[in-house]
Amino acid sequence: MNIHDFKPTTVYTIYIAATPAKVWEALTTAELSRQYFFGNAVEVELRVGGAFIVRAPDGSLHIGGEVFECDPPRKLTVTFNVNWPALIEKLGPTLVSYEIEPAGNAVRLTMTESHDRPISDDILSGGRQGWPAILSSLKSLLETGAPLAVKMAPPQRMLAALKQLGIATP
Amino acid sequence: MSKPEFIYVIYIETTPEKLWEALTDGDFTERYWFGVRLRSDWKVGSTFEMVRNNGTVSDAGKVVEYDPPRRLAYTFVNLSDDYKGELPALATLVIEPHGKLVKLTLTQEGFAEGSKFLLGISKGWPAILSGLKSLLETGKSLDVPYAAMKS
Repeated sequence: MNIHDFKPTTVYTIYIAATPAKVWEALTTAELSRQYFFGNAVEVELRVGGAFIVRAPDGSLHIGGEVFECDPPRKLTVTFNVNWPALIEKLGPTLVSYEIEPAGNAVRLTMTESHDRPISDDILSGGRQGWPAILSSLKSLLETGAPLAVKMAPPQRMLAALKQLGIATP
Repeated sequence: MSKPEFIYVIYIETTPEKLWEALTDGDFTERYWFGVRLRSDWKVGSTFEMVRNNGTVSDAGKVVEYDPPRRLAYTFVNLSDDYKGELPALATLVIEPHGKLVKLTLTQEGFAEGSKFLLGISKGWPAILSGLKSLLETGKSLDVPYAAMKS
Protein backbone atom coordinates (compact mmCIF):
# COMPACT_ATOMS: atom_id res chain seq x y z
CA MET A 1 0.00 0.00 0.00
CA ASN A 2 1.05 3.57 -0.63
CA ILE A 3 0.27 6.12 2.07
CA HIS A 4 -0.21 8.81 -0.60
CA ASP A 5 -3.21 6.97 -2.08
CA PHE A 6 -5.21 7.61 1.10
CA LYS A 7 -7.84 10.38 1.24
CA PRO A 8 -9.31 11.71 4.51
CA THR A 9 -12.91 10.62 5.11
CA THR A 10 -13.38 11.58 8.76
CA VAL A 11 -11.61 14.33 10.70
CA TYR A 12 -12.21 15.02 14.39
CA THR A 13 -10.50 17.84 16.27
CA ILE A 14 -10.61 18.37 20.03
CA TYR A 15 -8.74 20.75 22.33
CA ILE A 16 -7.41 19.36 25.61
CA ALA A 17 -5.93 21.08 28.68
CA ALA A 18 -2.84 18.84 28.86
CA THR A 19 0.72 18.70 27.58
CA PRO A 20 1.53 17.17 24.18
CA ALA A 21 3.50 14.45 26.02
CA LYS A 22 0.46 13.51 28.14
CA VAL A 23 -1.82 13.30 25.08
CA TRP A 24 0.81 11.17 23.32
CA GLU A 25 0.93 8.87 26.35
CA ALA A 26 -2.86 8.57 26.35
CA LEU A 27 -2.86 7.57 22.67
CA THR A 28 -0.03 5.05 22.90
CA THR A 29 -0.26 3.21 26.24
CA ALA A 30 -2.50 0.33 27.29
CA GLU A 31 -2.91 1.74 30.80
CA LEU A 32 -4.53 5.00 29.68
CA SER A 33 -6.30 3.78 26.54
CA ARG A 34 -8.16 1.11 28.52
CA GLN A 35 -9.80 3.89 30.50
CA TYR A 36 -11.24 5.93 27.62
CA PHE A 37 -11.38 3.51 24.65
CA PHE A 38 -14.24 1.21 25.73
CA GLY A 39 -11.79 -0.91 27.72
CA ASN A 40 -9.56 -1.55 24.69
CA ALA A 41 -5.79 -1.56 25.20
CA VAL A 42 -3.44 0.09 22.68
CA GLU A 43 -0.03 -1.57 22.27
CA VAL A 44 2.32 0.14 19.86
CA GLU A 45 5.99 -0.26 18.94
CA LEU A 46 7.02 3.36 18.56
CA ARG A 47 9.05 3.12 15.35
CA VAL A 48 8.18 3.16 11.66
CA GLY A 49 7.31 -0.41 10.70
CA GLY A 50 6.46 -1.31 14.31
CA ALA A 51 3.27 -3.12 15.24
CA PHE A 52 0.10 -1.26 16.26
CA ILE A 53 -2.38 -3.41 18.16
CA VAL A 54 -5.61 -2.76 19.99
CA ARG A 55 -6.76 -5.56 22.29
CA ALA A 56 -10.36 -6.00 23.38
CA PRO A 57 -11.00 -6.20 27.16
CA ASP A 58 -10.83 -10.03 26.93
CA GLY A 59 -7.31 -9.79 25.44
CA SER A 60 -8.32 -10.77 21.90
CA LEU A 61 -7.05 -8.84 18.87
CA HIS A 62 -9.55 -6.09 18.00
CA ILE A 63 -7.48 -3.91 15.67
CA GLY A 64 -4.17 -4.71 14.00
CA GLY A 65 -1.86 -2.45 12.06
CA GLU A 66 1.55 -1.01 11.42
CA VAL A 67 3.24 2.30 12.27
CA PHE A 68 3.82 4.54 9.23
CA GLU A 69 4.77 7.82 10.89
CA CYS A 70 6.10 8.21 14.43
CA ASP A 71 7.21 11.63 15.67
CA PRO A 72 6.61 11.82 19.44
CA PRO A 73 4.83 13.84 20.76
CA ARG A 74 3.56 15.35 17.50
CA LYS A 75 2.40 12.81 14.98
CA LEU A 76 1.48 9.14 14.85
CA THR A 77 0.13 7.46 11.71
CA VAL A 78 -0.90 3.80 11.77
CA THR A 79 -2.97 1.33 9.82
CA PHE A 80 -6.03 0.64 11.92
CA ASN A 81 -7.62 -2.54 10.65
CA VAL A 82 -10.54 -4.03 12.53
CA ASN A 83 -9.91 -7.76 12.86
CA TRP A 84 -12.99 -9.01 11.02
CA PRO A 85 -12.48 -11.54 8.25
CA ALA A 86 -13.11 -10.17 4.74
CA LEU A 87 -13.15 -6.56 5.92
CA ILE A 88 -9.73 -5.61 4.53
CA GLU A 89 -10.19 -7.81 1.51
CA LYS A 90 -13.30 -5.89 0.46
CA LEU A 91 -12.73 -2.40 1.88
CA GLY A 92 -8.95 -2.12 2.00
CA PRO A 93 -6.89 -0.85 4.92
CA THR A 94 -7.89 2.03 7.19
CA LEU A 95 -5.28 4.66 7.99
CA VAL A 96 -5.52 6.70 11.20
CA SER A 97 -3.33 9.69 11.93
CA TYR A 98 -3.11 11.64 15.18
CA GLU A 99 -1.63 15.13 15.16
CA ILE A 100 -0.84 16.93 18.41
CA GLU A 101 -0.19 20.68 18.28
CA PRO A 102 0.25 23.21 21.07
CA ALA A 103 -2.59 25.79 21.19
CA GLY A 104 -2.07 28.32 23.97
CA ASN A 105 -1.85 26.37 27.24
CA ALA A 106 -3.85 23.54 25.69
CA VAL A 107 -3.22 21.18 22.79
CA ARG A 108 -5.17 20.53 19.63
CA LEU A 109 -5.56 16.85 18.84
CA THR A 110 -6.65 16.06 15.28
CA MET A 111 -7.64 12.52 14.31
CA THR A 112 -7.84 11.84 10.59
CA GLU A 113 -9.23 8.57 9.22
CA SER A 114 -8.33 7.88 5.59
CA HIS A 115 -8.99 5.23 2.97
CA ASP A 116 -7.38 4.34 -0.34
CA ARG A 117 -10.68 3.74 -2.18
CA PRO A 118 -14.22 5.13 -2.05
CA ILE A 119 -16.07 3.99 1.09
CA SER A 120 -19.79 4.62 1.60
CA ASP A 121 -21.12 6.90 4.34
CA ASP A 122 -22.92 3.85 5.76
CA ILE A 123 -19.62 2.05 6.36
CA LEU A 124 -17.93 5.23 7.60
CA SER A 125 -20.77 5.82 10.11
CA GLY A 126 -19.15 3.29 12.48
CA GLY A 127 -16.03 5.39 12.97
CA ARG A 128 -17.99 8.63 12.91
CA GLN A 129 -20.07 7.30 15.82
CA GLY A 130 -17.07 6.03 17.76
CA TRP A 131 -14.40 8.73 17.47
CA PRO A 132 -16.30 11.58 19.19
CA ALA A 133 -17.11 9.30 22.16
CA ILE A 134 -13.55 7.96 22.44
CA LEU A 135 -11.86 11.35 22.16
CA SER A 136 -14.41 13.12 24.40
CA SER A 137 -13.59 10.51 27.04
CA LEU A 138 -9.83 10.91 26.51
CA LYS A 139 -10.21 14.67 27.09
CA SER A 140 -12.21 14.12 30.29
CA LEU A 141 -9.65 11.59 31.55
CA LEU A 142 -6.74 14.00 31.11
CA GLU A 143 -8.61 17.04 32.46
CA THR A 144 -10.56 15.56 35.36
CA GLY A 145 -8.74 12.29 36.10
CA ALA A 146 -11.86 10.29 35.22
CA PRO A 147 -13.02 9.09 31.81
CA LEU A 148 -16.62 9.39 30.61
CA ALA A 149 -18.89 6.41 31.10
CA VAL A 150 -20.04 6.40 27.47
CA LYS A 151 -22.28 3.45 26.72
CA MET A 152 -22.28 2.99 22.99
CA ALA A 153 -24.86 0.97 21.10
CA PRO A 154 -23.44 -1.22 18.30
CA PRO A 155 -22.96 0.74 15.05
CA GLN A 156 -26.11 -0.67 13.43
CA ARG A 157 -25.92 1.35 10.21
CA MET A 158 -22.36 0.16 9.54
CA LEU A 159 -23.10 -3.46 10.49
CA ALA A 160 -26.09 -3.52 8.14
CA ALA A 161 -23.94 -2.13 5.31
CA LEU A 162 -21.22 -4.73 5.95
CA LYS A 163 -23.81 -7.50 5.91
CA GLN A 164 -25.07 -6.28 2.54
CA LEU A 165 -21.52 -6.52 1.21
CA GLY A 166 -21.32 -10.09 2.46
CA ILE A 167 -18.78 -9.24 5.15
CA ALA A 168 -19.33 -11.38 8.25
CA THR A 169 -19.13 -9.60 11.61
CA PRO A 170 -18.90 -11.12 15.11
CA MET B 1 -20.85 14.92 -3.89
CA SER B 2 -21.87 15.54 -0.31
CA LYS B 3 -23.43 18.87 0.54
CA PRO B 4 -21.23 21.48 2.22
CA GLU B 5 -21.88 21.15 5.93
CA PHE B 6 -20.04 20.73 9.21
CA ILE B 7 -21.02 18.18 11.86
CA TYR B 8 -19.46 17.92 15.31
CA VAL B 9 -20.40 15.60 18.17
CA ILE B 10 -19.08 15.90 21.72
CA TYR B 11 -20.01 14.08 24.94
CA ILE B 12 -20.14 16.10 28.14
CA GLU B 13 -20.63 15.06 31.77
CA THR B 14 -23.40 17.49 32.64
CA THR B 15 -27.21 17.76 32.48
CA PRO B 16 -29.25 18.91 29.46
CA GLU B 17 -30.44 21.90 31.53
CA LYS B 18 -26.92 23.07 32.41
CA LEU B 19 -25.78 22.61 28.82
CA TRP B 20 -28.79 24.57 27.59
CA GLU B 21 -27.94 27.45 29.91
CA ALA B 22 -24.30 27.33 28.80
CA LEU B 23 -25.39 27.62 25.16
CA THR B 24 -27.85 30.46 25.62
CA ASP B 25 -26.67 32.63 28.55
CA GLY B 26 -24.53 35.54 27.37
CA ASP B 27 -22.51 35.75 30.60
CA PHE B 28 -21.71 32.05 30.31
CA THR B 29 -20.83 32.04 26.61
CA GLU B 30 -18.35 34.86 27.21
CA ARG B 31 -16.30 32.42 29.32
CA TYR B 32 -15.67 29.83 26.59
CA TRP B 33 -16.58 31.43 23.21
CA PHE B 34 -13.42 33.50 22.58
CA GLY B 35 -14.90 36.20 24.82
CA VAL B 36 -18.05 36.55 22.73
CA ARG B 37 -21.48 37.07 24.29
CA LEU B 38 -24.47 35.62 22.49
CA ARG B 39 -27.22 38.24 22.43
CA SER B 40 -30.85 37.46 21.61
CA ASP B 41 -34.29 37.42 23.21
CA TRP B 42 -34.44 33.85 21.79
CA LYS B 43 -37.86 34.27 20.19
CA VAL B 44 -38.09 32.46 16.87
CA GLY B 45 -37.44 35.02 14.16
CA SER B 46 -35.58 37.40 16.50
CA THR B 47 -32.08 38.70 15.88
CA PHE B 48 -29.17 36.55 17.05
CA GLU B 49 -25.80 38.27 17.53
CA MET B 50 -22.29 37.52 18.79
CA VAL B 51 -20.99 40.55 20.67
CA ARG B 52 -17.29 41.12 21.38
CA ASN B 53 -16.27 42.59 24.75
CA ASN B 54 -15.74 45.99 23.07
CA GLY B 55 -19.42 45.99 22.12
CA THR B 56 -19.01 45.37 18.39
CA VAL B 57 -20.95 42.59 16.68
CA SER B 58 -18.80 39.89 15.03
CA ASP B 59 -21.54 37.60 13.67
CA ALA B 60 -25.28 37.99 13.17
CA GLY B 61 -28.36 36.06 12.06
CA LYS B 62 -31.76 34.96 13.34
CA VAL B 63 -33.21 32.50 15.85
CA VAL B 64 -34.84 29.55 14.06
CA GLU B 65 -35.67 27.07 16.86
CA TYR B 66 -35.78 27.39 20.64
CA ASP B 67 -36.92 24.20 22.39
CA PRO B 68 -35.23 23.96 25.83
CA PRO B 69 -33.40 21.79 26.73
CA ARG B 70 -33.37 19.84 23.48
CA ARG B 71 -32.98 21.85 20.28
CA LEU B 72 -31.54 25.25 19.50
CA ALA B 73 -31.10 26.57 15.98
CA TYR B 74 -29.97 29.90 14.61
CA THR B 75 -28.42 31.28 11.49
CA PHE B 76 -25.32 33.43 11.50
CA VAL B 77 -22.57 34.75 9.29
CA ASN B 78 -19.37 36.56 10.22
CA LEU B 79 -19.64 40.22 9.29
CA SER B 80 -15.96 40.82 8.50
CA ASP B 81 -14.81 41.53 4.94
CA ASP B 82 -13.23 38.05 4.88
CA TYR B 83 -16.69 36.60 4.27
CA LYS B 84 -18.16 39.37 2.12
CA GLY B 85 -21.15 38.15 0.10
CA GLU B 86 -21.69 35.01 2.20
CA LEU B 87 -25.16 34.33 3.60
CA PRO B 88 -26.03 33.29 7.18
CA ALA B 89 -25.75 29.51 7.60
CA LEU B 90 -28.05 27.44 9.82
CA ALA B 91 -26.50 26.02 13.00
CA THR B 92 -28.58 23.40 14.83
CA LEU B 93 -27.59 22.18 18.30
CA VAL B 94 -29.26 18.97 19.50
CA ILE B 95 -28.94 17.89 23.15
CA GLU B 96 -29.60 14.24 24.00
CA PRO B 97 -29.27 12.55 27.39
CA HIS B 98 -26.82 9.63 27.10
CA GLY B 99 -26.73 7.68 30.36
CA LYS B 100 -25.38 10.14 32.92
CA LEU B 101 -23.82 12.14 30.10
CA VAL B 102 -25.12 14.46 27.44
CA LYS B 103 -24.44 14.10 23.73
CA LEU B 104 -24.28 17.42 21.91
CA THR B 105 -24.55 17.36 18.11
CA LEU B 106 -23.85 20.53 16.14
CA THR B 107 -24.71 20.70 12.45
CA GLN B 108 -24.13 23.81 10.38
CA GLU B 109 -25.39 23.85 6.80
CA GLY B 110 -26.61 26.10 4.02
CA PHE B 111 -23.20 27.10 2.67
CA ALA B 112 -22.46 27.85 -0.97
CA GLU B 113 -19.95 25.56 -2.72
CA GLY B 114 -16.43 26.69 -1.85
CA SER B 115 -17.62 28.81 1.11
CA LYS B 116 -14.76 30.35 3.09
CA PHE B 117 -17.12 30.79 6.00
CA LEU B 118 -17.55 26.99 6.16
CA LEU B 119 -13.77 26.65 6.58
CA GLY B 120 -13.86 29.30 9.31
CA ILE B 121 -16.63 27.69 11.37
CA SER B 122 -15.06 24.23 10.88
CA LYS B 123 -12.04 25.52 12.80
CA GLY B 124 -14.06 27.53 15.30
CA TRP B 125 -16.64 25.02 16.57
CA PRO B 126 -14.18 22.34 17.85
CA ALA B 127 -12.33 24.98 19.91
CA ILE B 128 -15.55 26.53 21.24
CA LEU B 129 -17.23 23.24 22.13
CA SER B 130 -14.01 21.78 23.63
CA GLY B 131 -13.85 24.88 25.85
CA LEU B 132 -17.50 24.47 26.78
CA LYS B 133 -16.91 20.84 27.80
CA SER B 134 -13.89 21.80 29.92
CA LEU B 135 -15.82 24.58 31.64
CA LEU B 136 -18.79 22.35 32.48
CA GLU B 137 -16.65 19.42 33.67
CA THR B 138 -13.79 21.20 35.46
CA GLY B 139 -15.04 24.74 36.10
CA LYS B 140 -12.12 26.05 34.06
CA SER B 141 -12.27 27.17 30.45
CA LEU B 142 -9.51 26.42 27.96
CA ASP B 143 -7.02 29.13 27.15
CA VAL B 144 -6.85 28.66 23.38
CA PRO B 145 -5.82 31.90 21.66
CA TYR B 146 -7.92 32.87 18.65
CA ALA B 147 -4.79 32.92 16.48
CA ALA B 148 -3.84 29.34 17.45
CA MET B 149 -7.28 28.12 16.41
CA LYS B 150 -6.99 29.71 12.96
CA SER B 151 -3.63 28.21 12.03
